[in-house]
Amino acid sequence: MSHGFNPIGFLTRTRRPGRIGMTDILSWLWLIAGTLAVLVPVAWAGLSSLKPAAEITRFPPTLLPRTAVEMNVPGYDKPLSLWTVTIDGKTREMAMVRRIGLKAQMVDPQSPEAPVSVDVRTMSPIQKLTAATENYTDPLTRFDFLTFLKNSVFVTFVATLLTLIVNAMAAFALSKYRFRGKNAIFVLIISTLMIPLTVVMVPAYLVVVGVGLVDSLWGIIIPTIASPTGVFLLRQYMLTIPDELIEAARVDAATEFRIFWRIILPLTAPALAVLAIFSVLWRWNDFLWPLIVLSSRENFTLQVGLNAFQGEFSVQWHYILAMTFLSLLPVTAVFLFLQKYITTGIAGTGMK
Amino acid sequence: MPLLKGRDMIGRFGELLMGIIEAPVNALESLMGRKRMPYLFLAPNLILFGIFTFLPIAIAAGYAFTGGTELFVSDRPFVGFDNFRQLLECEDYLRPGSCRESLFWTAIWNTLWFVAFNVAATLLAALITALILNRAIAARGFFRAIFFYPVLLSPVVIGLIWKWFLDRNGLLNAFLQMLGVPPEIFLLDVGWSRFFVVVVSVWFHMGFYTLILLAGLQAIPKDLYEAAAIDAASPRRTLLRITLPLLGPNLLVVLILLMIRSVQIFDEAWVLTNGGGPGTANSFIVQYIYQMAFGSDLRLFGLASAASVLMGLVLLVLTLIQLRLGRKMES
Repeated sequence: MSHGFNPIGFLTRTRRPGRIGMTDILSWLWLIAGTLAVLVPVAWAGLSSLKPAAEITRFPPTLLPRTAVEMNVPGYDKPLSLWTVTIDGKTREMAMVRRIGLKAQMVDPQSPEAPVSVDVRTMSPIQKLTAATENYTDPLTRFDFLTFLKNSVFVTFVATLLTLIVNAMAAFALSKYRFRGKNAIFVLIISTLMIPLTVVMVPAYLVVVGVGLVDSLWGIIIPTIASPTGVFLLRQYMLTIPDELIEAARVDAATEFRIFWRIILPLTAPALAVLAIFSVLWRWNDFLWPLIVLSSRENFTLQVGLNAFQGEFSVQWHYILAMTFLSLLPVTAVFLFLQKYITTGIAGTGMK
Repeated sequence: MPLLKGRDMIGRFGELLMGIIEAPVNALESLMGRKRMPYLFLAPNLILFGIFTFLPIAIAAGYAFTGGTELFVSDRPFVGFDNFRQLLECEDYLRPGSCRESLFWTAIWNTLWFVAFNVAATLLAALITALILNRAIAARGFFRAIFFYPVLLSPVVIGLIWKWFLDRNGLLNAFLQMLGVPPEIFLLDVGWSRFFVVVVSVWFHMGFYTLILLAGLQAIPKDLYEAAAIDAASPRRTLLRITLPLLGPNLLVVLILLMIRSVQIFDEAWVLTNGGGPGTANSFIVQYIYQMAFGSDLRLFGLASAASVLMGLVLLVLTLIQLRLGRKMES
């Protein structure tokens, strides 16, 4: 084997105990860089969401949320900000009365009678760590954030449940029966994969208006239930279930529905889990369709609400980031808890 | 055992559902006979597809040939091929400015460039990551989870997180200032904003494709590699003769999904670029359709439908080519 760097060997060779090669170093570099790339923007948004409104636009920014330390000084109505000031080589803590150009009038909090003029370049603000919780509490109490959240949870749950049942039934018919038009129907369903919502969004809107579901949560649930991906995924999985199981059940006089529910569905559980995860992700993240269908604020899902909020408070990043982070937290919690099931689910459960 | 509890709950819930559905379905079975049951199982799916997919397609065709701003087809005047003519009339397709509907052609070219870069970058990143994670590397569950994490986030959240990261006062500019580089308002620069739309898209979606590829890699029987090792096959040979051919179907699935989804880029780009900015630098085809139909009360449903029909045809051709490729690979 050559000792030079081999990019293909790097990607295929498995680790040998007790030897760290170039390949391992590059693998680790890639993984660590990727980890930082994923986490840093999210963490930055999280830290920024705790900054007070006055601090969030400071540049260069502080990494951690900080705020100026203020103090009530006798003789002044408002609390004054504290600074570290160097006068004649001595460092002191002083409070700023006012600032004019490059000069600042400072007083000693202990003896506030005689203000001194100080060059601002020789002083630095005293800050403390802070957590601007009002960024979080304000949107929850003053805006409709809880309504948005409730709508999103409802849509995700109901749509996923219906998606599983409706598509599993179709997949069962297409994998375990022989009947006229079977192939044509399968091709027809799969062909809808080529016709995503974005292509039919204008006439789909007309249909939703026509059946009276416009500006209703059902208007964003029902059109998304039938899923070609779901049918395909479940059918492929059901094809691997031996027909003998079904024939044995028929001999025992089980009805077709019972066979479907008691034999096929449990055996399809891994594929159903994958579809459930897909469906939850799709529905939770849906943006364009709810944006079109929903028009009144009380029906907004989280995503539409967040987008609307962004438009209304375009400069108030402290609110926007807090709401963003708040809507990200439940997903993150679910992820931390179910990560193993989600990833192995998508990677094809039980496929070993 | 929380998992057992969860399973138990799902089981009970399933019983409840079965109780509701079983009786009517069984009644229908005795009425229609076993032979017709598959049609019954297919019915809900096909009815939903019929109403919300095929009916809209049929209407779309009609819509595309009508004008005006009314919603219902019966209220709309027939205008023949006017909408298509408006979209397609062009002196030079390479210069959107010379087209009658210049916004449409800007969107098309923006989309094509985005698809090219996004598909290549995502596929490469996902493949490399999957191959690395398939090795016996420490903490690989952790890394797999980290790479997958953005997939779960919503496009709006991702758009906002990155908008803040790339802000004039954001972390990237702070970092650049440490290196002595003057700050840049990335999302107001044509080149940078396009670059970051791709970056954000890769960041968002690559974990999903990594997982699919990783599942494919792990499904490759270990004894093939053992046999290759016994034959002292080089890593390159192992990759080209075992890994990639056996990964082929997964790669194809990933490629199809990636292309189809990339063409329809909208959500995260819309939020990130404030609706396609700067100017029309990140205005994509779905955004064009959305804006013509629903944006600022234009209500140009006919024009939007015609654009939808054209995009649908492109997606159709694309998918047919991919399917053919897939069939060839299988045989």
